[in-house]
Amino acid sequence: MEVSTTRRGFIKGLIAVGTLLALPATLLAAMVRPKAAFGSKEIDASLKSLFGDASIEASDKVYLKVPEIAENSAVVPITITTDIEDVESISVIIDKNPNPLSANFKLTDAVAPEVSARVKMGQSSPVRALVKAKGKVYFTTKEVKVTIGGCGG
Amino acid sequence: MEDKSVKVRGKVKDGVAKVKVLISHPMETGTRRHADSGELIPAKYIEEVVFSHNGKDVLTAYWGASVSKNPYSAFKIKSATVGDKVAVRWSDNTGTSGAKEIALK
Repeated sequence: MEVSTTRRGFIKGLIAVGTLLALPATLLAAMVRPKAAFGSKEIDASLKSLFGDASIEASDKVYLKVPEIAENSAVVPITITTDIEDVESISVIIDKNPNPLSANFKLTDAVAPEVSARVKMGQSSPVRALVKAKGKVYFTTKEVKVTIGGCGG
Repeated sequence: MEDKSVKVRGKVKDGVAKVKVLISHPMETGTRRHADSGELIPAKYIEEVVFSHNGKDVLTAYWGASVSKNPYSAFKIKSATVGDKVAVRWSDNTGTSGAKEIALK
């Protein structure tokens, strides 16, 4: 953009920049990090802030791959896949972590509903995989045991 | 975009690309203390990672501090061909960021 030295030009420039900034802000409203959900220490509050009033139900079409016993609680591999179509997001909640919500993946239709990551666990805890599709939330839970001291106990 | 903080591997098989990413990052939770001084180590963790395929954003990962140090993540692009560009860009809670682009193999 050309920098104007006149006052009128400067104001015009301001307006132009303002419009440019305002447009993507509305377009990107749905693509913002769910900060409150990550900051929450309560699972229910996190769910509410992530999914609003969407119904949440257990599903055998959400597949959660985690080790039964995590030998290193700082690196617990996790993979979530699902047969459900039109997946909008995949989230990981570790019930007994200080902040239960660990990750929230926003998918587009260009990617397969399959994500992997590695997470830290403070202690043995249920791990939940939540899949949001068509306005509904489906989840599955698995218990992961953490061996303290890392000696395989 | 040469950035040593990010390693990306992407391989196409039957039109589907499996992309694996490894980012060098401390993923500090902000609740740990220095062993000697007892001072809190300030939080430093990746909040957002955006993956794009041929310039189009296809997956956004929002992470909390409980994602492991030097995070690894993997996902699949449904329709891809060898040579397609896959890019990764990340940013953390302190404003640090990184990016990397590769061509699928």
